[in-house]
Amino acid sequence: MQMTAQEERLCGLLLQEHFGEVVEKVGTHLLRSGVLNLRALVHETKLPLDLVKKSVCVLVQQGMCSFSAGRRGPGAPVEYQICCEKVLHMLRYPHYIYTAKSLYGDTGELIVEEILQRGQMTMSNTVSTVADRLTHNMPEGQCMDYSEVVTAFSRLVETHFLQRSPSVTPAGSSTSGGADSNPPAVTQPIQAETHPDCYKLPYINISGKGKRRRSDDGDADQSTAKKAKTDNSEFGDEGIYWQVNFERFHLHFRDQAIVSAVVSKLDQTSSEIVRTMLRMSEVTTPANAAFTQALSANEIFRALPSTYNIARPILDQYLTLLVDDPMEFVGRTGDSGGGMFVVNLHRALANLARATLESVVQERFGSRSARIFRLLLRKRHLEQKQVEDFAMVPAKEAKDMLYTLLSENLVQLQEIPKTPDHAPSRTFYLYTVNQLPTARLLLQHCYKTVGNLIERRLYETKENKRLLEKSQRIEAILASLQATGAEAEQLTEVEEMITAPERQQLESLRHHINKLDSSENQVDETIFLIESYIKSTKSSR
Amino acid sequence: MAGKGRGIAAFTFNIEALGITRGSMPEAQRGPTPLFPQIEYKPGPLKAGEDEDYMRALKQEMRGRMKDLPFNIKPHSGKSDVERYKDKYTREIKKIEDGNWTPDWNRLPKELKPQRNIIKKKMDFKKFKEMSKKDKEDMLSKLDELDKRGDGKSDEEDEAKGEKKGDGEEEEIEGNFEEEELEEEALHTIN
Repeated sequence: MQMTAQEERLCGLLLQEHFGEVVEKVGTHLLRSGVLNLRALVHETKLPLDLVKKSVCVLVQQGMCSFSAGRRGPGAPVEYQICCEKVLHMLRYPHYIYTAKSLYGDTGELIVEEILQRGQMTMSNTVSTVADRLTHNMPEGQCMDYSEVVTAFSRLVETHFLQRSPSVTPAGSSTSGGADSNPPAVTQPIQAETHPDCYKLPYINISGKGKRRRSDDGDADQSTAKKAKTDNSEFGDEGIYWQVNFERFHLHFRDQAIVSAVVSKLDQTSSEIVRTMLRMSEVTTPANAAFTQALSANEIFRALPSTYNIARPILDQYLTLLVDDPMEFVGRTGDSGGGMFVVNLHRALANLARATLESVVQERFGSRSARIFRLLLRKRHLEQKQVEDFAMVPAKEAKDMLYTLLSENLVQLQEIPKTPDHAPSRTFYLYTVNQLPTARLLLQHCYKTVGNLIERRLYETKENKRLLEKSQRIEAILASLQATGAEAEQLTEVEEMITAPERQQLESLRHHINKLDSSENQVDETIFLIESYIKSTKSSR
Repeated sequence: MAGKGRGIAAFTFNIEALGITRGSMPEAQRGPTPLFPQIEYKPGPLKAGEDEDYMRALKQEMRGRMKDLPFNIKPHSGKSDVERYKDKYTREIKKIEDGNWTPDWNRLPKELKPQRNIIKKKMDFKKFKEMSKKDKEDMLSKLDELDKRGDGKSDEEDEAKGEKKGDGEEEEIEGNFEEEELEEEALHTIN
């Protein structure tokens, strides 16, 4: 799988942030080399064998690395491969967790968070861990019952946000000469969907309540907790692991993006109609479809939420409005049942991507440059003079702007010779913008941006390392003092160990890091849109 | 470059077709562009709201949490230090889990399993190694030197010898792919 320099850099930074520099080194070498066996990997990374083994285990556990029997036939060593896309998903984890929260509450939120952090988990393990966490946050004396967590888990599986990890046939030994070796099956995360029991919940014998973790119990608690964790067999779902179904979340994000675009372009009611249509089509529309299944106006009317009490003729008017809108969110495909309508998924994504590109040009180069850019997007090829006229921009400035856009590769020059000898004086030079390659370019810029944001955050943290450590130590002291019931003056004495200017510096550091983190999240929204658009063009070809 | 006038900028196409005259060319670059150039249009503010704040908090929490999970693999520390007193308590407060997480071996290739039995073999191997020719010669020459210098300096020599032997062995072992616990080796020789 080809990977750009920016993707590689970003993957490295993300791996380092989540799993440390050892895993980062292993992951990066695998990314660069494509496919490697264990021995080659050790050789390239120059790390000790045991660390490389552990790193590969982690990467496989997290669903980012797959392994397969060697290509050169049986007996060849196992080969490992990293899926760059999965690594980049780590950027989006907060969004997945927040979505789970909005759909299924705190319980759903914690379930998805635990599974994301650990890559894959059994249902029983998830239920007990989440119940414990929820209990910890509840007032004294209350406990979270396992059954509530089981319900939330089941709903996540029913709606396909969680899926079973693809199964693996037992792996044989891969040392040389193993004649009886049974090479492990190819496990590619994409294959999860082909598993027939992909969304089938196992029958588990699990009941109980979350345990509150007490600090004074200490070792006793730890040993029982550990025992409960490793002893999955008593619950009946040993070997059945669950992972997050990223594609399902992405469909949800796509739908949300379309609905919010309708809100800003038209109005709330139109967006509710579109939302209803998308909801009705959730199960019937395949993942990469260009548009939803056709729905009749009658069906849509019946399915509208009860809070939206609009009359049938009004609905028809809204639908007409949606169909006529240049964004082409909704299309009309027939006349039966009061009119057959579809949501144009691929068109919507293309338009959202286009709006993003136009917005980027506007914010970086001004509204007149944006006008030129939009013009070229719509009219395809224009000569210098035509650009000046259509955009209503004076010649000299138009030239400047075009030159700037050209140097940034947002606009291209196309030569059309009039004569076979390509004489410059007899050749048309046309400016043009091609949406797909420009979107790819912007995507690379986004990857680079996030990489820069992460590096800056690391730099800021490093610069203030001493101060941060001091502050953490003092917080720990304060926490333990408070727990043992110290007097107010003792607490203030400790607090004063941080001077006022230091406090200010810490505050400013926190502010910067918050900004950098928020920026990362926001750039990822753009990344998602553009990635979705590029993906949609691949399948419609 | 051959053109209509050496040294004078000449283009291969008619630039008037593009509408650019000679006079309107931007100045020649004098070195690389500045690292943080002045931007004409300041970027807009970030989206600020409950959702964004919550997601940012989620991100920061997750970052902190991931560092404590067993998936975060630390490089081998140089000398195995005496475990600090506070480590026991920081581990508990931060709920750092066991350094060694055990994956489900049914789902991974067997070659990834750490091999425990090799360490035992290593013990015998090392005794054997100590008697290698190079070391013998070193020892003999050292002993000769010691005789000459007398007992006063013998302690220092011993330590230096120990270190050297350790280094020599480590170098030889590194070439071997089956090698596992490097730390154990180092500890063993210095003892």
